Amino acid sequence: MADREIDELTGTPTTGHTWDGIKELDTPMPRWWLWTFYATILFALVYVILYPAIPLVSRATNGVLGWSSRDAVRTEIATAQAAQAAYRDQIANASMDQIIANPELLQFATRAGRSAFLVNCVQCHGSGAQGSVGYPNLQDDDWLWGGSPEQIRTTIAHGIRSEDPATHMSVMPAFGHDGILKQDQIVNVSAYVMTLSGLTPRFGVTSEGATVFADNCASCHGVDGGGKQDVGAPSLKDAIWLRSPDQNAIIAQINNPKMGVMPAWEPRLGPVAVKELAAYVYSLGGGTATAASQ
Amino acid sequence: MSVQESVDRLNAEAVNSAGRRGPLFAARTKIHPKRAEGAFRRLKWIIMAVTLGIYYLTPWLRFDRGPHAPDQAVLVDLASRRFYFFFIEIWPQEFFYVAGLLIMAGLGLFLVTSVAGRVWCGYTCPQTVWVDLFLVVERFFEGDRNKRIALDKAPLSFDKFTKRSAKYAVWLLIAVATGGAWIFYFADAPTLAREVFTLQAAPVAYITVAILTATTFILGGFMREQVCTYMCPWPRIQSAMLDEQSLTVTYNDWRGEPRSRHQKRALAAGESVGDCVDCNACVAVCPQGIDIRDGQQMECITCALCIDACDSVMDKIGRDHGLISYATLADYNTNMAIARGDGGAIDPRNVRENGTGPLKAGLAHFNWRHLVRPRTLIYLVLWSAIGVAMAYSLATRQRLETSVLHDRNPLYVRLSDGGIRNAYTVKVSNMTNQPRTVSLSIEDLPGATIALPGRTVVGNTADIALPPDQVETLRLLVALPPEAAKGERLDFSIVASDATAGETSRSAAVFEMPKEDGR
Repeated sequence: MADREIDELTGTPTTGHTWDGIKELDTPMPRWWLWTFYATILFALVYVILYPAIPLVSRATNGVLGWSSRDAVRTEIATAQAAQAAYRDQIANASMDQIIANPELLQFATRAGRSAFLVNCVQCHGSGAQGSVGYPNLQDDDWLWGGSPEQIRTTIAHGIRSEDPATHMSVMPAFGHDGILKQDQIVNVSAYVMTLSGLTPRFGVTSEGATVFADNCASCHGVDGGGKQDVGAPSLKDAIWLRSPDQNAIIAQINNPKMGVMPAWEPRLGPVAVKELAAYVYSLGGGTATAASQ
Repeated sequence: MSVQESVDRLNAEAVNSAGRRGPLFAARTKIHPKRAEGAFRRLKWIIMAVTLGIYYLTPWLRFDRGPHAPDQAVLVDLASRRFYFFFIEIWPQEFFYVAGLLIMAGLGLFLVTSVAGRVWCGYTCPQTVWVDLFLVVERFFEGDRNKRIALDKAPLSFDKFTKRSAKYAVWLLIAVATGGAWIFYFADAPTLAREVFTLQAAPVAYITVAILTATTFILGGFMREQVCTYMCPWPRIQSAMLDEQSLTVTYNDWRGEPRSRHQKRALAAGESVGDCVDCNACVAVCPQGIDIRDGQQMECITCALCIDACDSVMDKIGRDHGLISYATLADYNTNMAIARGDGGAIDPRNVRENGTGPLKAGLAHFNWRHLVRPRTLIYLVLWSAIGVAMAYSLATRQRLETSVLHDRNPLYVRLSDGGIRNAYTVKVSNMTNQPRTVSLSIEDLPGATIALPGRTVVGNTADIALPPDQVETLRLLVALPPEAAKGERLDFSIVASDATAGETSRSAAVFEMPKEDGR
């Protein structure tokens, strides 16, 4: 039996393997390294006993300490809610104008409102509050039911054409479908409506449409077509269209109008969240001045 | 021809045969370094006092920054993400200064190593300094090398128990102080100290102290040279950093060999003897437990205590200092060639006048000119270039910053008058520790008006009050009237300027419009 080859320079045995003349020293590991290794094994064993570790069919073993990540999250959420309680109390007792006037409260309300918006509102109004055909853009300065903080709050709280007794309620007659106007009158008034915002109608007699408008539409949409926020009648003379500015679409709307519905949110989310939502919507930049400074 | 002879004997051996089986694990051999006296030991005491002083006392230094910033000279404020170093304050986005410092530290280490080997390891590495400190305590309670060896071998007695307990107690005290000092870098030291002692500090403070106490106690008291040999990568890297002109702790065989414990007798017999009397003083003082006479080795941290030990022996036997000395490999090789004469064994008579007199004049000695060589110059130039660049950048850096994020959803909003509005999130950082007011405006977008919800805009400019050391997040609305909103996108700038401080920060921004705006 050959003795192990000892490397001359270091006095350490080699592994006996040679690669292109290079030999590997077989230096023994320090013993403490072994103990460290055993310590890590011990740590793992203790961990398995103390914490959830071994996966079973429906869940993992509980662990002696009974720690769970769900509980940890629950505790964190409870802590966060406790920390937010003071703000929520203030919001509950403050008017919208008071919230807007208090930068700290406004910041909290806006951020909380944003999270509520992303959960409850984006389905219709879009994640950027930019709306889509038939669903109002909340970023712009055109408001169906008013853009002051308090008006926004009221709209969110009670909804539009919802089941809430205090909801915003208005109905545009189906001028064509119910036979109130004749077909040529509808075409003419559609032509007139287009001229209000500087569009060029493709057909219809504008001057006759003006008469039809004064007789049938001005009561809600205003003599000049500027709309009435009391009844949620949109302005027809601005550059913003809830639906399409195409003449056929306008005719269809006069003929048998589609009207938007929004649920009342206060029964679902509570008054504080509604105020927060209103603060967020107001913060988007299209809101009109607060009642205090009007 | 027998059957056996017809069978070849194969050259094979079991991998686990007794002869091949070595130990898989080796126990640590305890080292009992003897106390050394001399110039290097004195230098190391001074360095130890300075480095420990810096470590323990720095958090307690005060530096007045006014009422809006902490008055701790060196503070890593993790909670609000600020780093304070006397008059310098670093924000997270300026972390490249720290990266630059690390690069400088790396290059500095290369420079020092190529000049004088592992100076860092031998003098200033925390492991070396704390082991040195722990050894002072060990010597105080248990005596010097021989007494400690005896105490180790002695059975447990009251005396041994007392000495050991006292030693461990003081070690623990040092370890706690070391772990404790660390946390003071991360919070106001006096406040935190009060909290720590009244048990009101955050759990993380105690956990940090506990971990650092444990590592100090174990690494300084028990692991010692194992850290250098097995844990630290630097000993392995350094072999690539040294060259033949680097100063390293060297045993000068050319005047030491052949070593002899009986010099006078050997000399009388006409034999050639070197200066080494084989007293093993160099081995006894070595904290790494190695014999420098075996040559350069990975375990050597170049603490130079063997130089002190050997020099005091040279004093006793009336020889010149420097049998073990800082020397370069080039000088060593030159002198070895002289000592070997015609290429045979070392004969110290070759390096001395008349065979036994003083050392010859022709021997190579360290020449400071060898410090200046391309390698060290390149390190020095790089090191200084980064240092100068960082200093320049620090001196001229902006303390007012803006960053602009365009709203992407929606890209633009059509207003009721037919105009187009874009929204931006503008972050204005006041990186000074004084409150200031900056005016926010836009440039290069004719016809546009700006609005900031909740703020007053006068003449298309908004005055923003910035709290000290904070980032103010603003929502900026920029609107173009219908006649100006032509095209697809316009480039413009959002500008924040502080007239008093003469600082202006400008961010590029884009105004987006509908693709077909033919209405």
